[in-house]
Amino acid sequence: MENLFWFLTSFVALLFIIGLYALLATRNLLRILIGMEILTKGVTLLLIAAGFLAGRQNAMQPIVITMIVVEVVIIAVAAGIVIASYRNNKTISVRALRNLKG
Amino acid sequence: MLSLGTILLILLVLMVLSALWAVMATDLLRSTIALALTSVFLAIAIYMMGAPLAAVFELSVCAGLITVVFISAISMIKPEGNTRKEDLARKRRKRLKKYIPLPILLAVAGVLLWLNRVDLPFTPDADVFPLTLSEIMWDVRRVDIAGQAVMILVGVFGIVVLFKEFVRRGKGGEE
Repeated sequence: MENLFWFLTSFVALLFIIGLYALLATRNLLRILIGMEILTKGVTLLLIAAGFLAGRQNAMQPIVITMIVVEVVIIAVAAGIVIASYRNNKTISVRALRNLKG
Repeated sequence: MLSLGTILLILLVLMVLSALWAVMATDLLRSTIALALTSVFLAIAIYMMGAPLAAVFELSVCAGLITVVFISAISMIKPEGNTRKEDLARKRRKRLKKYIPLPILLAVAGVLLWLNRVDLPFTPDADVFPLTLSEIMWDVRRVDIAGQAVMILVGVFGIVVLFKEFVRRGKGGEE
């Protein structure tokens, strides 16, 4: 593979396309979280690729670990909010969140 | 023996396919399993690129913990409507119609990216990186570790507050 960075970046771009399409095409809150997860995987891959090709794996790993921790906290709290929304509105559509407006 | 580039190509293609499955699957549970599979392929790719600690975190947290969070959320949210075969088939057809542009878009983007390769000036430095992983984690990025602990506490408090509300409402007989 003569141009490994471009090769890895191409897969990051494909993951971003999938994640963005998932965010745009659905109104289901859990599917929106899945789309967000796929976008985060793209970012993880980009960081790993940059560290790998620069020979700086040691510098890159703590950043990736920090990102994974932030990601899991966001997903856990967001899943809790989705469940709370379901209990209040009996649906997990984003349209139900309209009643948040004052 | 396969080269690293070939192994990475296979793993990343499988990862993109499982991400596509996660987005296109009709059943939420299957979407979650496909997402976990995406994490597994990414974790193997990360390991192959010489980052074993990040790979372990990706595998245990993203493929394990997040899948558990999703599955418990799905189990708390009962599926709406009836699950007759005709309804399921109709739902699947409707979903396929909505998501059919995605694989086409991916194929076009993949071909375009492959044909228009840009030679990015990304050359590794000749010298060996001086610090070890533990030195970076515990000395250089000490603030990050403290930040992670705060984030985890914030997450725990957030979940506790949300579920406390449920218990109180359940006892009050509002639901």
